Amino acid sequence: MKAYLTRRYRFSASHRLHSDAMSADENQAVYGKCNNAHGHGHNYALEVTVAGPVDQKTGMVCNLADLDAFVNDHILDRFDHQNLNTLVEFGETVPTTENLCVALYNLLQKGFRHATIERVRMEETMFNSFEYAGGREIHA
Amino acid sequence: MVYLTRKAEFSASHFYHNPELSGEENRRIFGKCNNPNGHGHNYTLEVTVKGQVDNRSGFVVDLKQLKEIMLREVIDVLDHRFLNKEIPEFKDLIPTTENLAISIWNRLHSKLNVARLHRVRVYETPDLFVDYYGEA
Repeated sequence: MKAYLTRRYRFSASHRLHSDAMSADENQAVYGKCNNAHGHGHNYALEVTVAGPVDQKTGMVCNLADLDAFVNDHILDRFDHQNLNTLVEFGETVPTTENLCVALYNLLQKGFRHATIERVRMEETMFNSFEYAGGREIHA
Repeated sequence: MVYLTRKAEFSASHFYHNPELSGEENRRIFGKCNNPNGHGHNYTLEVTVKGQVDNRSGFVVDLKQLKEIMLREVIDVLDHRFLNKEIPEFKDLIPTTENLAISIWNRLHSKLNVARLHRVRVYETPDLFVDYYGEA
C-alpha cells in the first residue's frame, strides 16, 4: 500500500539572476529586477514529498525525524540565510527557483535513504512555485 | 521536466440557474447560489505550466510573460464582472467553478506559446477548488 507524505520547511536566502553567457543588456532584458547586482532575497518554502509502502510495524511511510534530520543537516543548515550564488550548486547555473528545485531534489534523491523522494516543490513567493520529480511527469 | 505555478486573484459575481429546470428544481439543486441577483467570490487562480529548464536562462518560462498573459487573458476579463451577464461563454453555461476552470484553460491554452499548460486550478473559496488538465 503506497502512500505519500509531504513535509514543509522554510528558509530565507538571497540570490542574483545573472548569466555570464549573456551581455549586460540581455541579462537586464531577461531577468529585469532580479539582475540587480547586489542581489535580493526571498522567504522560500520547501515541500518534500516521499513515497513508499506504509510500514506494518510503525504505520509510517517514513519517520519524520529522519526526514527532518536530513533536511536540517543537508539543506537548511547550508541554504538558510545564505547567498545562493555563492553555493557550490550554483557555480555553473543561475539560481532560478527552477534550478534550486532541481538541485534540492537531486541532493535529497542522492542522500536520503529512508524513503523514495517523490517530488520537491519550492515556493519562491506567495504567487509562484515550482515542482520537480526527477524529470517524471507529475499527475495530480 | 519542471512545473511552475503562478497564482493570481480576481473577484466576480455569479449565480447558478438552469433554464431547462423548474424554479423549484433550480432552488433544490443550487440552493443559495440560485439567487438571481447574484453573489460574489474572491477567486484565486493557479496556472501550472511545464517544460524543460532553459540552459541559458535557467527558466522554464519567463514569469513576467506568464503573468502578463494571465492578466490580459483572464484577470482583466473576469475581475469585477458579473460572470453570467458579462462573459460570453456564461450566457448559456452555468458559471460553476468547474466551468470557470475549463473556460480559463481554453482562454490560456492557445495563448501560451512559451510553455505547455499543465493545470488550471481555481479556488472559489479557500476551502473549495477545481483542477482541470484539459481534455485527456
